[in-house]
Amino acid sequence: MAKKEIDQHSGIETTGHEWDGLKELNHPLPRWWVYIFYACIVWSFGYFILYPAWPGITGYTAGILGHSNRNEALADVEALKTAREASAKAIATASFDQIRANPALLQFALANGRAAFANNCAPCHGTGATGSPGYPNLQDDDWLWGGKIDDIFTTIRYGVRSTSDQTRQSQMSAFGKDGILKKEEINDVADFVFSLSNPDYKGAGIANGKKIFADNCVACHGDDAKGNQDVGAPNLTDKIWLYSGTKEAIVAQVTNPRHGVMPTWEGKLDDITIKSLAIYVHDLGGGK
Amino acid sequence: MARPAAASTLSFEETGYALFLGLLVVVCLLIAGKAWDWQMAFHAGIGVAFAALGIFLIVSAALKRTAFQPLEIDGRPNYNFGPVKFATIAAIFWGIAAFTVGLTIALQLAFPALNFDLPWTNFGRLRPLHTSAAIFAFGGNVLLATSFYVVQRTCQARMPGIVTPWFIVLGYNAFIVIAGTGYLFGVTQGKEYAEPEWYADLWLTIVWVVYLLAFLATIWRRKEPHIYVANWFYLAFILTIAVLHLGNNESVPISVFSSKSVQVFSGVQDAMVQWWYGHNAVGFFLTAGFLAIMYYFVPKRAERPVYSYRLSIVHFWALIFLYIWAGPHHLHYTALPEWASTLGATFSIMLWMPSWGGMINGLMTLSGAWDKLRTDPVLRMLVVSVAFYGMSTFEGPLMSVKAVNSLSHYTDWTIGHVHSGVLGWVGFVSFGAIYCLVPWLWNRKSLYSLKLVSWHFWLATIGIVFYICAMWVSGIMEGLMWRAYDKLGFLEYSFIETVAAKHTLYIIRALGGGLFLAGTLIMAYNVYMTIRYGEREDTVPASAGTLAAAE
Repeated sequence: MAKKEIDQHSGIETTGHEWDGLKELNHPLPRWWVYIFYACIVWSFGYFILYPAWPGITGYTAGILGHSNRNEALADVEALKTAREASAKAIATASFDQIRANPALLQFALANGRAAFANNCAPCHGTGATGSPGYPNLQDDDWLWGGKIDDIFTTIRYGVRSTSDQTRQSQMSAFGKDGILKKEEINDVADFVFSLSNPDYKGAGIANGKKIFADNCVACHGDDAKGNQDVGAPNLTDKIWLYSGTKEAIVAQVTNPRHGVMPTWEGKLDDITIKSLAIYVHDLGGGK
Repeated sequence: MARPAAASTLSFEETGYALFLGLLVVVCLLIAGKAWDWQMAFHAGIGVAFAALGIFLIVSAALKRTAFQPLEIDGRPNYNFGPVKFATIAAIFWGIAAFTVGLTIALQLAFPALNFDLPWTNFGRLRPLHTSAAIFAFGGNVLLATSFYVVQRTCQARMPGIVTPWFIVLGYNAFIVIAGTGYLFGVTQGKEYAEPEWYADLWLTIVWVVYLLAFLATIWRRKEPHIYVANWFYLAFILTIAVLHLGNNESVPISVFSSKSVQVFSGVQDAMVQWWYGHNAVGFFLTAGFLAIMYYFVPKRAERPVYSYRLSIVHFWALIFLYIWAGPHHLHYTALPEWASTLGATFSIMLWMPSWGGMINGLMTLSGAWDKLRTDPVLRMLVVSVAFYGMSTFEGPLMSVKAVNSLSHYTDWTIGHVHSGVLGWVGFVSFGAIYCLVPWLWNRKSLYSLKLVSWHFWLATIGIVFYICAMWVSGIMEGLMWRAYDKLGFLEYSFIETVAAKHTLYIIRALGGGLFLAGTLIMAYNVYMTIRYGEREDTVPASAGTLAAAE
C-alpha cells in the first residue's frame, strides 16, 4: 500500500491507495460541474411544481399549471373540427358541380383530397398518382371504371372486387386455363390485340385472331375493342396497359387473367374525405 | 495450496458442475424429444450438445492436470487469464458479426430488395439480432474479459474456482448462441433488448448469478483494503443487470416443451417495466460497465493517476441513484400517465452531470499526458470514446425533455443517438481495452502494428461521423415532415414521402457502418498478427505487477 504523495504535475495529493500501479488524485469537484448539477435539480423541482409529477395513494400531484397532454390533444382536435366545420358541412351537402364552382370550397376539397391521397392511396398509385404495373395511372385520361367525378367517387367508396356489397365487380374468363380457347387460338387473338395498338405489326395470326375476338371478346371489350367502363373492360386499342402491353403479357392475361383489387374506403374514410378525394383525383388532369 | 497427489481426481466444485450439466443433458433430451415446435427441439439439442461438451471439458482437464493451480506463485498472485483470453477473442468475433448484420439491415433500409423475401433474412429478425449481438455478444464479452482481468489485477487475487470462470464465459456465450439462433428462427417474446424466450432467460440467470458470486469472491480476496473505482462500476453493472433481467422477463411458458411464453405484465405496466429495463440496460450495461473499463484502461494507458477520487464517488452514487428512474422518457406521449413522464424527464435531466462526472474523470486523467495522444493511437481511441460518451450523455437528457421528444421520438434521431453512444463510446472504449489487453494477456512486447490501429481509428471515426450526421439530418427531417400541416390543417406529407426522402441519408449511414466494420476487421487482423507473430515479452514491467502463469 502506497502512502499519500504529491503529484508532480498537478501538485494535488493522492489518496494513498494503489491498485495494480493505479493511483488516484483527490482533485476537488469542479465548481462548474457542481453548479450545473444543482441547477438541473432546481429546474427539476420547478417542473415538479408546474406539471403533474409525483404519484400518491389515489392520484398524483397535478401541478399548478393544470397541464394535461390528453386535454391539450383533445383541444387541438376540437379546434381543428371547429375551424373546418363550415367547409366540411358545405362539402357534405353540396354537389360536385357546386363545390367546383366555389373557389374556397374547391381549395379545401383539394387540400383534404391531397392529404388523404398521400396517406391512403399513394402506396399503390404512387405519391404522384402515376401508378405502377398493376395499379392504374390516375394522371392520364384512360379510365377502367369511368373518369367522371361521380364514377371516381363510386370507385373510391366501394372499391373494385372489394369486400363491399356494392363493389365494382367484373371477371374476365380464363380462356386458356378453363380450356375455352386453344393455345394457338390464344396466340392468334393476342396477335390481333397487339396489332390494334401496333399498326405496323404483321403477326401471322391477326386475321384468325380477329374472328376469335369477335366471337369471344366483344361482349365486354366492344366491337371496336375500345372497352366498356360499365364492366371495367379496358380499351385495347391504346398504348396504355394495366399490366404490360407485350404480346407475351397479352397471352398471359387471356390464358389466366389477373384481377386487380381495390379496397372499399367506405367506413375507413368519411364521405367528406371520399368526396374530396374524388375531386382531387379528377383534378389531377385526366378527369372527364 | 497445491495438492499434487489428488491432482486428477475431480474437486468438489468440478463434481458439482459435472452433475449439474449431466442433469441438464437429461432435461434437454427430454424436452427435445417432446418439443412442441422445431425451434424448441433445436435449442434443447444445443443444450444437450453444450452441456455434454462441458462435462467432457471438465473431465479431460482434470485428467490432464499434474497439479492444481496455486493462488500465488512466489508470493505473487497467479491470475487466471484463460477465460479472459477466450472472452476477448469472442468479443472480436461477435463484434464483426454484429457490425456485419448492422450493415446488412442498414442496406436493407436503403434497398428493400436485400430482404430477399426470406423469413430469416428479413429486417424484422435481423434488426434485433444486430442490436443484441452488438450489446450483449460484443459488449457482453468485452465486459466479461475486462471485468475478469481488472478485478483480479486490482485485487491482486486469482479468481476463485477451477470451472467457475470458464462456466461464466462459456455459459454466457452459449446463451448468445441460443438467443442469436432464436432471432433467426423467429423465437421472441417481443420485448426490445429482451427478446430471448423463457429458457434462454433462465439459463442466463444461472450464469449471471455465478458471475456475481465469482466477482464478489475475488473482491473478497483483495490485498488492498479499498476497492478500486472500476470494481464499484462492475459490481453495480452485474448486480443491476441481474435485477433488471429478473424484473423484465416475468413470463410463463405455455408448456416446458414450447418455446413460447406469456408475459405476466400487460398493457402500460408491461411497457413501463420494459423501458425500466431497456433504459437501465443502457445505464448499467452500456454505461456503468464501460465506465469501469474506462476507469482502469485510461489511467493505465496514460500512466497517470485518476483525476479525482471525490468526483468518482459523487458521480458513481448520483449515477446509480438517478439512472434507475429515467426509463419513462422512452414512453412520452403514450398511454403512460403524464406524471410518470414528467418524473422520467426530470430524472434524466438531473442525470446529465453525474454522467459527465465520468467524462471529466476520464479526460482530466490525461492532464499531464496529453502529448501521448500524438504517439499512441490506442490512447486516442480511449479518449475519443470518452468524448463520445460526453456527447451522448448530453444528447440523452436533451431528448428526454418532452418538447424535444415530441420531435425526436420514433425518428432516426434516436437511432443516431444510440449509435453515437454505442459506436463512439462503447465501441471505442472496447477497442482501446482490447488493444491494451491482447499484448498483456499473450505476453507480447507490443501490438503488431500501431499504424493499423491508427487506420482503425480514422476509418471508424469517419464512419461514426457519417452515421450520426446522416441520422441527425434524416431524423430531424422526418420529424419535421411528420408534423408539417398546411394552412387548412391537413398533413403536408404522407408517410411514404418521408421514407422516400431518407433514401440518400440511408446510403450515407450504410457507408458509415461499412467504414466502422472495415476498421473492426483491421483490428481483428492486428490482434491475430500480435498473438501469432508478436515478439514475446519475457519480463513484465514492474508497474504491471506480476507475470501470469500460463493457462
